Order: sequence, then structure tokens, then C-alpha cells
Amino acid sequence: MRFLFKTDYDQDVRLFKDGQQKFWYGALAIFLLGLPLALPEYLVGQMVFILIYSIIGLGMMLLIGFTGQISLGHAAFLAVGAYTEAWLQARGAPFAVSLAAAGLLAGLAGVIVGLPALRLKGIYLAIATMAFGFIVEEAVTRWDSVTGGNSGKQLKQIDFFGALIDNDVRFYYLCLGLVFIIMLGMINLMRSSTGRAFVAIRDSEISAQSMGIHLARYKTIAFAISAALTGMAGALYAHKLQFISPEQFNLLVSIEMATLVFIGGLGSFHGAIFGAIFVITLPQLIVFMKDYLPPAIAQQTGLQPTIFGLILIGFLLFEPLGIYGRWVKIRTYFSLFPFYRRGMFRRQKTYMKSDRLK
Amino acid sequence: MATLLQLALSGIAIGCVYALVALGFVLIYKATETVNFAQGELMMLGGFFAYTATALMGWPYWAAIVFAVLVMALFGMGIERIVLRPVLGQAQFTVVMVTIGVGYVMRGVVSMVPGWGTDTYKIANPFADRVINIGGAAISLEQLMIIVMTAALCAVLFLFFRFTRIGVAMQASSQNQLAAYYMGIPVRRINTLIWGLSAAVATFAGILLAPLTFVHANMGFIGLKAFPAAVVGGFGSIPGAIVGGLVIGLVESFAGYYLPEGFKDIAAYIVVLLVLIFKPSGLFGDKLTKKV
Repeated sequence: MRFLFKTDYDQDVRLFKDGQQKFWYGALAIFLLGLPLALPEYLVGQMVFILIYSIIGLGMMLLIGFTGQISLGHAAFLAVGAYTEAWLQARGAPFAVSLAAAGLLAGLAGVIVGLPALRLKGIYLAIATMAFGFIVEEAVTRWDSVTGGNSGKQLKQIDFFGALIDNDVRFYYLCLGLVFIIMLGMINLMRSSTGRAFVAIRDSEISAQSMGIHLARYKTIAFAISAALTGMAGALYAHKLQFISPEQFNLLVSIEMATLVFIGGLGSFHGAIFGAIFVITLPQLIVFMKDYLPPAIAQQTGLQPTIFGLILIGFLLFEPLGIYGRWVKIRTYFSLFPFYRRGMFRRQKTYMKSDRLK
Repeated sequence: MATLLQLALSGIAIGCVYALVALGFVLIYKATETVNFAQGELMMLGGFFAYTATALMGWPYWAAIVFAVLVMALFGMGIERIVLRPVLGQAQFTVVMVTIGVGYVMRGVVSMVPGWGTDTYKIANPFADRVINIGGAAISLEQLMIIVMTAALCAVLFLFFRFTRIGVAMQASSQNQLAAYYMGIPVRRINTLIWGLSAAVATFAGILLAPLTFVHANMGFIGLKAFPAAVVGGFGSIPGAIVGGLVIGLVESFAGYYLPEGFKDIAAYIVVLLVLIFKPSGLFGDKLTKKV
């Protein structure tokens, strides 16, 4: 069992609570840095996808998990980032500039979506963002001169300050660095007054407003940051695939990005990472599983959506805190052993909470 | 003039289908405050059952409709009972994610069922390949039947909600669950029945849509167009859903003819964004403000 004695105000500000945490995160850092040396090239490539999706996951977590705003159109921001990157790179902009531009432009798009979103709540917001996603997808398809339309667009390798990122190992370290910086930024953001305002809005808009939080401003900020992160992830995604076309940014991608947050665990940074790992590994596991299934089932294209849907329903029904919630429960079980009780994390009995205006 | 009439009629025909799917959303939303993202998939599954009845079992068209509607009503009730009741009372979007998951599973499973799969199918119907001339506009009997049957269904639903005991109970529990509960209405059972009713309406929409788009596993995505319809009409209003569906159908039809290529598919979404920005309560929505 761990006891945390607070003897100093600085303790509240420190990134790590105690030495134990410092040790484990340090071990994780060393593990992640050494990982590409031990893995085959293909798996390093998959790790790159996980890191890119982690950035998306952090963006979605900020919006859905911390601010409580819903988006079913985030693939649009991914598209904005990816195509900005492609367009700028073709015109010879250095990677640092084009990545920043991809983030900025997507963030700007986020503000544009966020503005009407201020008047919308819950399901209306979901539908508005979904509509926005469809419109962007169509615009990307039709705007041939910039996006290459349905025939898609090719990207060159990243030139990172003179170092050519020409293999997955280098790409991995680039993404790892970015995830680290973004993660640090997010942790600090959520400890600042802005971050606390987000959480207040999530928990109750009315009480947040009465505490002097400018709802419109903070919701727009949340949308902008979330969109900017997704846009940057889009730029990396485009480079990883080296080829982008409109159907990579459809509604199903948006839904996948939203489910990532729910499966990972709402309202935690760990959840974003766990969700990213889940979304990338699941298709791989299914492919792997196919060798052991009877061919009549294994050949079906419907297998993946079915399993994906079942897992999503299963989590929402039985583990609403997601993978991270399960992890916390297991950890608590061992750290409290043998005093863990089944009801410790039980949801309080909730009654129908009406979002209707009455 | 003939062109206008032609466009208007085909717009109304497809609008009727949107209206029926939107009606399904609104029924469920009013009763349980759940937005059912699997409504389009319910429509798809209903279409497949009707196809099975006509093509594989050789039943006549009307019998197939009755069969599919009954099976799907049971299916809708089952979904509510097994998957949705446990999450009742959770945050709204959690429930939405559950319905999205249900949609995924339905799409996946349908494409794995032997005899259904990923192919497209036709439901044989008695109105196929006949064209009627109205004021110079050629309209197929199938499209006309969509309009007629939607009107008939709306009339039946109106009578159901107005005059039957269950219908009145459904209205009551949609307006105020707690008050309905105090009056002795079994709210949870009513919710189950509403899911059944909604699935039945969706099935009807699927069967009507079949002549236009055929039956296939991804047919449910057409149901997404019904969201704009429901929002345009004001999300909690049954007449609003019908009018909204017709508006979206007409806008789409005219946009496809007068605007450049590509606008037909997104016209509905542009309309819904405009409605949300300028009149979020929709055409028939209630204007209420929240009290703390």
C-alpha cells in the first residue's frame, strides 16, 4: 500500500506523485525507446500507427472525455491536416512548417465548426459535426486542383531538418517525440484554469456558467485544440500511408475515432493511448485469428465490424470506464490485497437524466 | 413544368422514405431520449427479411410485408430489452454509442448470413415496371406507391396514437415519464413496445425503399439522411419528422438537377447545418428554456 504524505505545496504541481510513479514511467520511456531495436520492421510500422492514433486519441479525449462535447466528424479535421501537408510538401515547405500549418488550418476549421456548436448540445452537436464531416469529404472529392480528387495524392518522405525519414524506425522516433511533447502539453493544459474550465463544462454547463466560465469561448478553444491535434495527426498519417484519397476520411473513420475514446476510458490520458492501441491492434488480431477459424467464417468481410461492434457494446454495458477503468480496478485489487471489495467502483444507481428542456 | 413536377414527385417519393426513418428516430427519441443510430440498419434488416420471404420462401408481396414487420417488431423489442435497458439513465452519448455498436454488429452479421451476404437484391413487387403519366411527367408506379403507402401508414399511426389505449399511454410516457409512471403506465414496457413500433416503421421504410436502391448490407447508410430530416422538423415532433423528410427529399431532388454534380449528396447536410445555425429548434420543435 502506498501512502502519500503532503508536506509541500510543490507536491501538487509535480508531474509525478512519488518515486514509484517516476520509476515506472521511466521504465516505460526506456522500453519505448528500445522497442524498435527488438521488433521487426512491420511491427514498428504498426507502432507508428498506434502513436499517430494516440495523438488523435488525445485530441478526441480533450473534446469528448474532458469537455463533454461530441464530434462525429473528426475525420474532416484529419483530412484537412493530411491535405494541407500534401499540398505544402509538394510546394517545398519544410516539414516543421507544413506540420504546424496542418495543425493551424485544422484548428481554424475546428473554430468554424465550434462556433455554431456553441448553440448546440448533445445529439444536435453530433449531427452538426457529422454533417460537417460529410461536406468536407465531398469537398475533398470534388476539389481536384488541390486534393487530386478520387485519384488521390502521393506524398514524399519527410525531410526533418535535413534528416530524411525514410524508414519506420526513424518515423517511430519522430512520432514518439511528438506524442511526448503533446502529452506533456495536455497534462499541463488540464492542470491549468483552462483545463479545469473544460471539466466544469462537462460536468454541468449551468454551474460552470454561474462560476463565470465563458461557455462559448471555452467550447471553441476545446474544439480548436482537438481539431489542431487531429490535423497534425492527419499530416503524419498522410506521410505514413504515403498516399491519401477521400475515402480514408469517411464517417466510419470519425466513428472509429469516437469509439477509441469510449473503449480506452473516458476522461483519462491513459484511455487515449489504450484506445489507440485497441483500434490498431484489433484488426491485426482478427487477421491473426482467421488462421484458426473455419474458413467459412474467416473469409467473411463482416467479421471485423461484428467483433468491433460487440466489443464496443460489451465495454459500454459492462465496463463503462473503458480499458483504463479495468486497469485501475486490477491495480487497486493488488495494491489493496486482500481488502478489495466488489462494490468499490460500482456505478451509483442513476435515474433517467433528461437533457430535454423543461 | 413537366420537369418540375417530375423532380417534385421523385423528391417526395424519396422524402417519404426519409420521413419514415426519421419517424422511427423521433418515436424512440421522444420516449427514451435515445437517438438510435442503428435505425438505418433496422431498415436494412427489415428489407432483408422481406426479400427472404418473397424470393426464398416464395410468399406474396403483402404477406412478406406483414411477416417482415412482425419479425422486426420482435427484433426491435429484443434489442431494447437486452442491450439498451441496462444503459438506461447513462449519459446520452453512451447510449448513442451503444446503438452505433448495434449498427456495426447488424451490418457485419447480415453480410455473413448465408443467402444474404454482400450482394444486392430486389424485392419482387406487383408495381414494378409500370409508368404513369401525370401532366407530362412520367412517374413510376413504384414511386407513387411509396407516397400512397407512407400516407396510409401515417394515417394508421395517427389513429393508433389518438384512439388506442397503448397509443395514448405511449404519448403520455413520451411527454413526462414520471407522471406517466405515477398514473400506472408501465413505462419500461412501453419503451420496449416503442422500439418494436419503431423497428416496424423502419422495416416498412426499407421495403418501400427497395425498388429505388435495392436491398444490400450497406443500405442502412441511407438512414443517415434521416437525421437531417428529423432535425429540420424539430427532433421531438412526429409531424415534423414527416415534413422534414419531405423537405430533405425535395431539396435533394432539386439540388441534383439544378446544382453542379456532388451537391445532391450533401444538400441534406448543408440544409441541416443552416437549420441548426439559424433555427435550432427546427420547424415544429418546442421552444423551451432550461430551468435549474
